[in-house]
Amino acid sequence: MSRVPQSESELAEVFRDAAARAAPLRLVGAGSKRGLGRPSAGEAVSLAAFSGVTLYEPEELVISAGAATPRAEIEALLDAQAQELAFQPIDFGALFGSGSGTIGGLVATGASGPRRIKAGALRDHLLGFRCVTGRGEIVKSGGRVMKNVTGYDLSKLVAGSFGTLAALTEVTLKVLPKAESEATLLVLGLDEPQSLAALRQASQSPLDASGFAMLPVGARALGLGTNAAAIRLEGPAISLDARRDELLRLLAHPAGRFETLEALASRALWRSLRDAEPVTQRPGQLWRVSLAPTDGAALLDRLRAAGASPSAHFYDWAGGLVWLGFEPAADAHAGTLRPIVEALGGQATLLRADDEIRARVGVFQPQPPALAALSRRVKESFDPAHILERGRLSAEF
Amino acid sequence: MPLLMPAPEPQTLSRRDEIVSRLRAILGPQRVIADETARRAYECDAFTMYRALPLVVALPENVAEVSAILALAQEMNVKVVPRGAGTSLSGGSMPLEDGILLAMGKFNRILEIDYENRCARVQPGVANLAISKAVEAQGFYYAPDPSSQIACSIGGNVAENAGGVHCLKYGLTTNNILGLEIVLMGGEVFRLGGKRLECEPYDLLGLMTGSEGLLGVVTEVTVRLLRRPPLARALLLGFESVEAAARCVASIISKGVIPAGLEMMDRATIDATERFQPCGYPQEAAAMLIVELDGTVVEVDHLVGVVERIAKQEGATTVRASTSEAERLQFWAGRKNAFPAVACIGPDYLCMDGTIPRGRLPEAMLGMEALAKKYGLRVANVFHAGDGNLHPLILYDATIDGDMERAEALGADILRLCVALGGVLTGEHGVGVEKRDLMGEMFSETDLEQQMRVKCAFDPQGRLNPGKVFPTLHRCAELGAMHVQGGAMPFPELPRF
Repeated sequence: MSRVPQSESELAEVFRDAAARAAPLRLVGAGSKRGLGRPSAGEAVSLAAFSGVTLYEPEELVISAGAATPRAEIEALLDAQAQELAFQPIDFGALFGSGSGTIGGLVATGASGPRRIKAGALRDHLLGFRCVTGRGEIVKSGGRVMKNVTGYDLSKLVAGSFGTLAALTEVTLKVLPKAESEATLLVLGLDEPQSLAALRQASQSPLDASGFAMLPVGARALGLGTNAAAIRLEGPAISLDARRDELLRLLAHPAGRFETLEALASRALWRSLRDAEPVTQRPGQLWRVSLAPTDGAALLDRLRAAGASPSAHFYDWAGGLVWLGFEPAADAHAGTLRPIVEALGGQATLLRADDEIRARVGVFQPQPPALAALSRRVKESFDPAHILERGRLSAEF
Repeated sequence: MPLLMPAPEPQTLSRRDEIVSRLRAILGPQRVIADETARRAYECDAFTMYRALPLVVALPENVAEVSAILALAQEMNVKVVPRGAGTSLSGGSMPLEDGILLAMGKFNRILEIDYENRCARVQPGVANLAISKAVEAQGFYYAPDPSSQIACSIGGNVAENAGGVHCLKYGLTTNNILGLEIVLMGGEVFRLGGKRLECEPYDLLGLMTGSEGLLGVVTEVTVRLLRRPPLARALLLGFESVEAAARCVASIISKGVIPAGLEMMDRATIDATERFQPCGYPQEAAAMLIVELDGTVVEVDHLVGVVERIAKQEGATTVRASTSEAERLQFWAGRKNAFPAVACIGPDYLCMDGTIPRGRLPEAMLGMEALAKKYGLRVANVFHAGDGNLHPLILYDATIDGDMERAEALGADILRLCVALGGVLTGEHGVGVEKRDLMGEMFSETDLEQQMRVKCAFDPQGRLNPGKVFPTLHRCAELGAMHVQGGAMPFPELPRF
């Protein structure tokens, strides 16, 4: 049985009580992302009472909602006004066999999808929030306006903090109009480095594309008998053909051929890539690596050279995001992967592995000691007794 | 609104010679400015109402020197104020009489331009516009464009989370940087982010941006580069009322168009700019919009048509679309000169920076008019209409006794009005010393205490840029306590201002 505080002050009371006893608490919205991060300890506290959209002004591009408002409810509301969360957040429902969760859970786990390369990340769209900190204090930060530099930007801190600083009670997000239409150009038949080079070339062009993914031969979602570089164009329908024709000229290659996916097929493809289906639909352990786009191919080369070839992989963000699926190993291949990623200046996150493995090898890229100590001081500024989601980010806190 | 800074600490002032000589040991004699006349050049930033002579000015030119200075400052318990180009409009780099002014101007090199990864590594003293200039031949630019971009430094942009006229579509500084190198008090050096898009948990890069030089000193910045769109066109729209102009803005956005720039000027500003440099603005209009659309040729031409139709539906009395680059620049010329133009009718002005929900603009304008009348001062308005960022320019005459104080009081009332309408105290200029004492209008004591605790995680002695942003100084040990019992303030000897 979890506790279900009905108001911010009740939640604050629960936290103050737990802080006095240094008793750990787990924060639960819909419970859909329990498999993300390290397993955390403690009694469950449900945030279910903080649900419902409190403000939505489409012409002001802003929505506020209780943290436990279902993501699906928000998306349906935005969709009716032809708007969306522009960072195209990953839906972890498929990965964990759970629902799509709450808006607070989305903010707390902070994962952005394919359009991140053009439209920014979740952290770029969080305008403000209300929360109860690990001290049991009710705190607000930011606001509901687009442009605000009043005080520290704590929105950046709580986005992706996995509830380790505070329990969000209300979040305010910037929303944007959906593009009128979209199409995807596929460049087929190139090898992996050539495909990635084509993506980078497209990303340097002024054609304002909003997705740059590379699917190796056989990858699901397309299931083609060849490598595919996929470039998404969005905007007024009238501009799509002209921009695609320019891309064709730009990316002409003796070994390559082109195909176009019109709106419906394009939408289906990017939805599948958003949720990383080419790797999630196979069993096994799963990593997500963010690095400089030019280092994407090097990561795979070095993994193969080290005898740790992934069983499935694909690239997003023009090579700057690599999804890797592996056959299960006792350390989830962290011993091989992490030093390679570290040397490339990247960040590797273990997205799927047994609880015991995630607890033992950790989920996030280990930080240099000084940075880890600074992160710990930031944590303690919100939650000195380490009651919130203890262990979720690191074994230390 | 008398501005009180923390009283200079006698134990620091008395050790000035020692501080100077130890700085000289780090930097050599040339890059430590101790002479009073030379220090005068640094006595204020672009918030010129208040001035202070810095204790000493240090001009480091590499990370090791910055680290050594911050270690020295920590050891000797001396305050440090970082300064970029000194263009802060809120006094963010205003010196302290008992503080080392850390002037970062010698960090002026672009270290790397990486087109394939669409980013550049630059030192913090590089001017904002210099980055765009360095990459323009390849068709790239750096998006945030504060009006001071010819002078302001990228390090200062990071400290203030600087904006500009293209924020609605392209974001502020925080949305356009990928990595930082920072040095904390005590001298520890950290690298945050890099050339990748994902940041580490916690997002300290995001936290640093807009922290107004209170958390750490920026020594390197990795910025995102964007490809310059092939075409930009602007529309000039005149309206009979501010309400009609505001309705048109809402209508453009609700039709799904996100312009690259969307600026509004009121009658007073239109008059001032036309007198300063005529550029064909509609003289009869009560409000005017400049709408800029950028992208590929087909897209821009299409969107110009869409906006023209909307403007006519919303009753625009003037609708002109630029047909050449020269004409587009001419549309912008008046707006870009709005501040100096207003200064000509001033003779002095105070530039405010509140943000409001756009839909409340008519109320805000009426409220400001009433307040201006009450104080017997004039207000001209330029407005980043797309994102709700207001820049009321309060006209006053510093030679008239009490006029400046009246202008400041009116400014404070205008910002209170912004907060009351659901907005915030500052959209892009920062809190600094200017809006410090108004923070309580927006935040509770608990909200502010949490922010100050975050500062403690970076600077436990509170020596980096103290007296800015927060209306009351607290010791970190005091903030560690769970509660203030019965409203009694502990440490009554601490300055509160």
